[in-house]
This record gives sequence, structure tokens and C-alpha cells, in this order.
Amino acid sequence: MWDLIVMELTRATREIVASTAHFLPRLLEMLIIVVAGWIIAYLLRYILRSILRLIRFDKISEHAGAAQLLNKAALPVPSELLSRFAFWLAWLGFILIGIGVLDIVGMQQHIYDFFSFLPRLVAGLFLLFVGLLGASFFSRAALLAAVNANLPSPRLISSMVRVLIVVFTLSMCFEEIGVAERTVIVAFTLVFGALMLGLAIAFGLGGQELARRYLEKRFVYDNDKKEEQDELSHL
Amino acid sequence: MAEGSILTDDFLRELMNVGEVDILIGVPTLNDAATVGQVVQCTRAGLLKYFPRQRSVIVNVDGGSRDSTQDLVRAASISDLAQGTNPSALRTLHCISTSHERSTENGMGLHTIVAAADLVRATICGVVSPDSVSIEPEWIERLLRPVSRDNFDMVTPIYRRNKFDGLLVRNLVYPMTRALYCKPVREPHPADFAFSGRLASFFLEQDIWSQPAIQNGAETYFVISAITGGFRLTQSFLGPRPRVDHSSGDLVQALRQSVGVLFWALGKNFPVCPTNSATETTTATGAEAELSMEHVRVNRKRLHQMFVHGLEELNPVLYSILSSATLAELNQAATAAEDSFRYSDDLWVRTVYEFAAAYHQEVISPDHIIQALAPLYRGKTYTFLVENRDSSAVDVEKNVENLCLTFERLKPYLLEIWNGRK
Repeated sequence: MWDLIVMELTRATREIVASTAHFLPRLLEMLIIVVAGWIIAYLLRYILRSILRLIRFDKISEHAGAAQLLNKAALPVPSELLSRFAFWLAWLGFILIGIGVLDIVGMQQHIYDFFSFLPRLVAGLFLLFVGLLGASFFSRAALLAAVNANLPSPRLISSMVRVLIVVFTLSMCFEEIGVAERTVIVAFTLVFGALMLGLAIAFGLGGQELARRYLEKRFVYDNDKKEEQDELSHL
Repeated sequence: MAEGSILTDDFLRELMNVGEVDILIGVPTLNDAATVGQVVQCTRAGLLKYFPRQRSVIVNVDGGSRDSTQDLVRAASISDLAQGTNPSALRTLHCISTSHERSTENGMGLHTIVAAADLVRATICGVVSPDSVSIEPEWIERLLRPVSRDNFDMVTPIYRRNKFDGLLVRNLVYPMTRALYCKPVREPHPADFAFSGRLASFFLEQDIWSQPAIQNGAETYFVISAITGGFRLTQSFLGPRPRVDHSSGDLVQALRQSVGVLFWALGKNFPVCPTNSATETTTATGAEAELSMEHVRVNRKRLHQMFVHGLEELNPVLYSILSSATLAELNQAATAAEDSFRYSDDLWVRTVYEFAAAYHQEVISPDHIIQALAPLYRGKTYTFLVENRDSSAVDVEKNVENLCLTFERLKPYLLEIWNGRK
């Protein structure tokens, strides 16, 4: 009995030693991959940041208003943000490759899923970034045009432009990533439809007079128009 | 050659038929059927009367008119031929026309005129606006003579204008150009002007023509470029400038054409002249400035309301352009009642300089910066109208001179904020 116990313990110990001996090189390999990955990711971050600075990406983002958005959210400048994102993405990839080397049962499928999801994630984030830039730029353009045309509620017009572009961008982004595609499309359709219907009802019922005045001003020649105009010549 | 890409084959053929000339007058047009006939007739009369020995050509560059502008130019030419050659003319006077559909802005038209002048080796060039309905044959002589006789490189006009005409020029473009380039040019955005063939070649060689700012207002850049290039510049009194029927909706376009070009040009050659250097004089033939006092219909209340409303709505945009001190002062000024509201010269100049620096630093899209200036300019216009309501011509000139001095005094402030942040 005692001999059997000793024999089993010895066998278990040998198996543990053998497993550890088998596992340690893999762990070392993983650590090497993670460290090498960190170096490569750091270099990638440095190169990307240099390229973005070279093409004056921050200035382009400033033009579109992205820098102000990031500033409000206490985030770094766009070139820094993108290069940091690239760093973490690359390093995370190397960490997962390292974990894959450990040959842990069930992990391989998750790692495969992650790498197949990565291009869609990048494309989705790119769409989101461009969409937010566009929303910021066009909402400011709408605000300036509305103010200079002396239209009522310029900020409302500007906000509507921003909301529409952001909603449209988010729906495209979620569709690209593949998250709750149907829910997002249905939500977008409902929001957009409700907004348009609401505006049509508000303009048609609540703003009958305004609608009439606008259409008359737009399409019927106004004899008093000349008298309303200033005789100022700027140049 | 640069002009190879801008001159069409048909137009090149016409220019080759004309051959080398001494004088080229360009008339850039766009839907100007109501006025262009008279302008071309007067230009022809001026050339035949005052330059009968010179080989001359009138070049109409049309931006794609949908009315009969080009037909009228050609008809003006044919009608002269039908009447027989002017007995005083010793040379043939050509009149040709071309059109381009690529752009409705005047930059393309002026580029074509300069390229044509270079090709036909014109030594004296002029540009006449189709809006200049008060043009007389003498205008051609007054514009071209300083180039042909006195070897000036550029002649800008001086007009007799209403005291409330050209307020953007008087409140911003003229004083700022004068302060920064140390050269007083009364019309830095000239409608009618002349330049030498040497200067035409200089303009043509510059890599500027695809710039949006130049597409909007090449005239202003011509003047600035002539100053910074060290060319000889003079002014010539022409006569009354007709009031062009501009609605207030044209303000943003006027800002793009003049202020946008001025701000853009500053980025190319800054600092333009030393802070402590005195303003030079620019010679002028005839009167240096003449103001008429006719009544002008202006809704001042609406101007004030648009300033207050615009300032309030654009505060988030202005926050990225102006310093917090200037913006706070503006917001404070806007709280005053209409009767007591004043946009002081000092505050106006600081506003303009901060806009120029923001344009240079590209804090937001340059075109958005120019658009954001419109409501503030309305506030300054309101103040100018109120302050000069009962002023004589002398008083108006004195006020403009004071504004010019403020622009000059605050030049160090622009240097300070030019590259650094507020």
C-alpha cells in the first residue's frame, strides 16, 4: 500500500516536473514575444507619430474641429492618440500571440477570433474618427452660414447637422464592427424617421406662417425687397 | 510655359493672330451684359485717343456668362469696325474674347490676362472692371500713362466715393496693408488698375495660381506682391466710382476676396516691414482721396442686431480664434444698448490681428476664420456709421487716419501673437 502511494507520488512529481520543464521554455518564449512585441509596438508608435506630425495631421484635425473635441474630453492631440492606439493594438496582438504559444486549451479559438475581428475594428474606428471630424466641420460650417444669413436658431441648425452625421456615423461604425447590426439599423431608421416626421409636423402645423413667409420670400418676387436692402458696398 | 495650361487653343490662335502688342487691357466678366458694352467702348475710345501709336489689344476673359456678355464685347468691336477706322488711330486695335468654365472666381480671369500679356509681350497692361460704368476714355490715360511715361510698375486707382462706400477697405484692408507693408495704397483691392509687362511676368512666374485665396481675389495679392517685390507703385485719381448693387449677403465673399487674401499673403512674407519703420509715401496723380456726402440707405439697427446675435451664437468658434481677454471685452461691449454701443479702434485692431494670427496658425479651417469675422465687422461698420453720421469729408478722413495709426501702434502685438499662442 505504502509502496503504491510512494510510486504514485513519484510518478505525479515526475509528471509535474516534466510538465514544468515542458512549460518553462514556452513561458520564456511568450515573455520574449511580449518583450519583443513591446519594442516593435513602441517603434511603430514612434514611426506613426513622426509620420502624422510630418503630414501635419494635428493641423488637419484642428481644421475639422477634432482637436477641440479631444481637448474637451481631456484627451491628447490626435497624432498622439492615434499613435498610442496603434501601440496598444500592436502590443495586445503580440501578447495574444505569446499566450497562443503557451498552448492553453480553448485559447486558440479566441485568439483567432480576435485577429479576424481586428481589421473590422480598425475600419470601424477609422469610420468613427472621420465621421466625428466631418460632424464637427460641417456643424461649424452650418453655424457660420446660418449666422451670416441671419437665420433664426443657428445653433439648433448646427446641432441638427452634428447629430445627423454622428448618428449616421455610429450606425456605419457598428455595422462595420458587426455589433447588433439589426438593432442599430432599426434604431437609426426610427430616429431618422421620427426626426423628419417631427420636423415636417412642426414646420407644417406649428410654423404655418413661417413656412408661408419662407416660401413667399423664396419664390414670389417681393416689391419691398429692394427697400429692405442696405446700400452699403463693402469693397 | 505656365500659360500653356491656362490658355485654350482657340484663344492662343487668336493671340497669335494679334501678334506682339504694346498695350493689353483685360476685361474679366461674368454676366455683365448690362454694362460691358459701354466699358469696352470707352476703353477703345481711350486707347485710340491717347495711345494711337501703340499696338493694342482688349482681351475679354469671361467666367462662363449665361447672358450675352461675350456677344456684346464682340459686337462692340464689330460696331467700331463698321463705323470705319478712327482717323487718329495709326495701328489696328484688336478686341478678342475667351471664356473658361473652370471657375467663376476672378482669379482664373486675371491669370488668363497675365498669361496673355506675357505671351504677346505687352509692356503696358491694364485691367478694367465691367462694373465701372462711370468710366471715361481719360481713365485709360490716367491708368496707363504712369507706366508708359514714368516707368511705374503698378498703378492703383483712387476714386471719388461716398463716405459710406468701401467700408471694409477703409476699416480693415487699407489701414492694415498700410501698417504692415508701410505703404499707403488707398485701394488695395483695385477694380481698375495697370501694371508693367515686367510685373506681369513676375506675377506669372509665381506658384500661387492654384491657391484658393488667389482664386478669390488676385487683385489684392497683385498690390501686395508689387510692394513686397520692390516694384515702383503709384496711384492715379480716376473719378467717381459707381456703386455696385451689393446686397448684405455678399459680405462673406467680399471678406474672402480682400481680407482672406491679405491674411494669406501675410503668411508668405512675415514680418513685412520693421515695427518701428515709418510709413512711406505713395505718389498719387490727381486728388489723393475724395468723398461725396450723398445719403445712403442703411438699417443700422439690423447691423447692430446681427453683430450681437452673431457674437452670441459664434462664441464657441470665436473662443478658438480670439484671446480670452479680447473675447470678454467684445462680449462686454455687446451688452451695451444700441445707442451706447461702440466698437473701439483699439479693440477692433486687436480683433483683426488675432484673426490674422489664427489664420496663420490655422487653428480652424481658414475659410471658417474669415466667415467668423463677418458679424464682428458688422459691429465695426455700425460704429463707423454712427460716429460719421454727420461728419464732413475731412472728419471722416481724420477718423480713418486715426484707425491707421492704431493699426501701426499695435503692430508689435501682432508680432507677439503671430507664432505663439494668445
